[in-house]
Amino acid sequence: MTDADTTTPPRARPPRAAPQKLLAFAGLILLVLGFSLASPNFFQVSNIMAVLQATSVNGVLAIGVTLIIITGGIDLSIGTLMTFCAVMTGVVLTWLGAPLLLGVLTAVATGALAGLVSGTLVAKMKIPPFIATLGMMLILKGLSLIVTGTRPIYFNDTPGFDLISRGSLVGAVFPAFPVPNGVLILFGVAAVTAWILSRTVLGRYTFAIGSNEEAVRLSGVNTDAWKMAIYATAGGIVGIGGLLIASRLNSAQPALGLGYELEAIAAVVIGGTSLAGGRGTILGTLIGALIMAVLTNGLRVMSVAPEWQTVVTGAIIIAAVYADQLRRRAVG
Amino acid sequence: MFTRRTVITAAMALSLSGAAPGAFAQEEIFIPIISKGFQHQFWQAVNTGAQQAAEDLGVRVTFEGPDNESQVDRQIDMLSAALANKPAAIGFAALDSQAAIPVLRQASEAGIPVVAFDSGVDSDIPVTTAATDNVAAAAMAADKMAEMIGGSGKVAVVAHDQTSRTGIDRRDGFVNRIEAEHPDVEIVAIEYGGGDHLESTEITRALLAAHPDLSGIFGTNEGSAIGVVNGVREAGVEGLTIVGYDSGQAQIDAIRDGLMAGAITQNPVGMGYETVRAAVAAARGEEVPAAIDTGFFWYDATNIDDPQIAAVLYN
Repeated sequence: MTDADTTTPPRARPPRAAPQKLLAFAGLILLVLGFSLASPNFFQVSNIMAVLQATSVNGVLAIGVTLIIITGGIDLSIGTLMTFCAVMTGVVLTWLGAPLLLGVLTAVATGALAGLVSGTLVAKMKIPPFIATLGMMLILKGLSLIVTGTRPIYFNDTPGFDLISRGSLVGAVFPAFPVPNGVLILFGVAAVTAWILSRTVLGRYTFAIGSNEEAVRLSGVNTDAWKMAIYATAGGIVGIGGLLIASRLNSAQPALGLGYELEAIAAVVIGGTSLAGGRGTILGTLIGALIMAVLTNGLRVMSVAPEWQTVVTGAIIIAAVYADQLRRRAVG
Repeated sequence: MFTRRTVITAAMALSLSGAAPGAFAQEEIFIPIISKGFQHQFWQAVNTGAQQAAEDLGVRVTFEGPDNESQVDRQIDMLSAALANKPAAIGFAALDSQAAIPVLRQASEAGIPVVAFDSGVDSDIPVTTAATDNVAAAAMAADKMAEMIGGSGKVAVVAHDQTSRTGIDRRDGFVNRIEAEHPDVEIVAIEYGGGDHLESTEITRALLAAHPDLSGIFGTNEGSAIGVVNGVREAGVEGLTIVGYDSGQAQIDAIRDGLMAGAITQNPVGMGYETVRAAVAAARGEEVPAAIDTGFFWYDATNIDDPQIAAVLYN
C-alpha cells in the first residue's frame, strides 16, 4: 500500500496483472517439479487428484474473497459462513427432507444473504470491513452451533449428496483421469467469476471502487449499492464452498471453519491480488490456491516433520508476496 | 392497570424470590465443570453423564469448555471465573497439565476440592482423577491393528495433536506397543490433523500417496478417524485396515460398512457421571479413591450392537 497506489487514477481494468500470474504459475510449476523429483509418489494420478480435491474448498472460498479484496475490503467471515451454509443445507435436506436442488439453492442463498448483511454493515453503516466481518465471523460461528445444537448433521438420507464433491463425471468418460466433481465446480465457479469481473458492470465497479471509491461515488455511481452487491455475490460463492465441504464430509460439522478464511486470503495474496484493492485476477487466485494445496500435500508426501511443514508453508507465503513486491518495484 | 412501575416492582420481587432459596438452602451443592470443549460429541456425552449424576444426587452442575483444545488460556479464565462463585467442588479436564496449577492452588487454599477428569494434572491438588487409561487403550488398538494386518506391514498414525495429554498418550501407547511387541510392523509416519475432519482427510490422501504399500492407519480421535475413513474412501484404496478412536455417527457407520475395522471407545457418559459423584463426595468430606478408571472397550462389526457397547457409543 504505497503512495503511488493511492494516487493512481481509477481504472476499470486490472493493470499489469499478467506478469504476476506468470510468476505465480512459474512458482507452481517449480513446486510440482521439485516435489516430483523429491518423491516418486508425488506425481501419480491419484495424488494429483488428491491435490485438486484439496484445492476445491479453499479455492472456492478464495475466489469469493478475491472480489471483496479487489474492492479494498476484506472478509474474515468466509470460513464460518461456509460452515453456516453447510449447516443450513443440512437443515433443509436432512431435517426437512427437501429435494437435493433445494439444498443447493439454500447453500447459495444463505451465503448471499449473509454477504448482503456484511455488505450493509460495511457500505451503509460504515463499519470497517475488518471489524464488520470479524463480528459476522463470530455471529455465524455461534449460529451454526445453536442451529445444530452442536451436533453434526449427516446427509445419509440424501442419496447422491456426497457425489457433488466426490463423484467424478470426468472419470465416467475418461477412467484414467477421475477428476472429482468438486474440482469441476471449482473451475466452473472460477470461470463464471472471471467473466463477471471482466465483462459485467459489477466487475467494472469492483475494480473501480477498489482503485478510488471516492472518485467513483462523485461521478454519480451508487457505490454503496454496488458494494452490497459485491459482498452478496462473494457470499453466494462461499455458499458453494459450504456445499462442497458438506458433500465431501457427507455431513455439516458445526465446529469447523475458523481459520479457513486465512488460508483463503493467503491463496488470494499469493495469486497477486493486492490487499490495497483495485488489482487482482481470478486465475491468479486459482493458482494461489493450487500452490497452497501442492505445498501442503507435497511436504506430507515427502514426510517432512509436521512442525516444519507449517514453518515452510509460512515462509513460502511471505516469499511469494515479496517476489511480487520486487517485480512491481522493478516495473515502476 | 399495569404501569411500567408495577411491572418493574413485580420483576424485582420475582428476582428477589428467585435469589432467596439460594440464600437459605446452603445445602444445595453447586459444581461447575470445566471441560476441554463442548462442541465435540464426546464432550456432549460427558455432559450427559454429568447431568444424570446431578439429577440422581440432587446437585446443580454447569458444564462449559473452550472452543477448541488449544485454547489453554481461555480454559484457565473459565476456571478462575468458576472459582469466583465459591462452588462446593469443581470438575476440571486440563488442556495443559501444568498451566492450570496456579489457579488450582487458589482452589485448594479456598478449600474447594477439585476432581480432574479425562486427563490428569501434574499436581496432587485434585482429590481424584476420573479418566480413561489412554496408554493402555491405544496399546490395545496397536494389538488389534497388528493382528488384523497379519503381524507385519507398514502402518501410519493420524493423531489429533502432539501437545495434549490424550494426544501424547494415545500416540505413544500405540507406537510403543508396536515397537515392543510387533517387531515386523513398521510405523512409517505420524501426522497431526488437529482433529479437524478435512485436514485429517488431506493428510490421509498424502499418506496414501507417499506410502502405496501401507497396510493400516490409526486415527487417534473422532475427527482424525473420520478423516482417515474419508481419505481412504476418496482415494478408492481397498484392503487397508483402519482403526479408530471414540464413536460418533460417521465412525459407527464406517464400522458397519466394513470400511473401518474397529475402534476403541471410551466411556464418556460414565466419565461425566463419576466426576460429579466424586465431586459431591469430596464436597461432603467423604473419602474418594485416588484414581477412577472409567474404562475403555474395543468394538467392531461383531459386537457393536451388544448392550454393553451400545451403551457407551454416542451418535
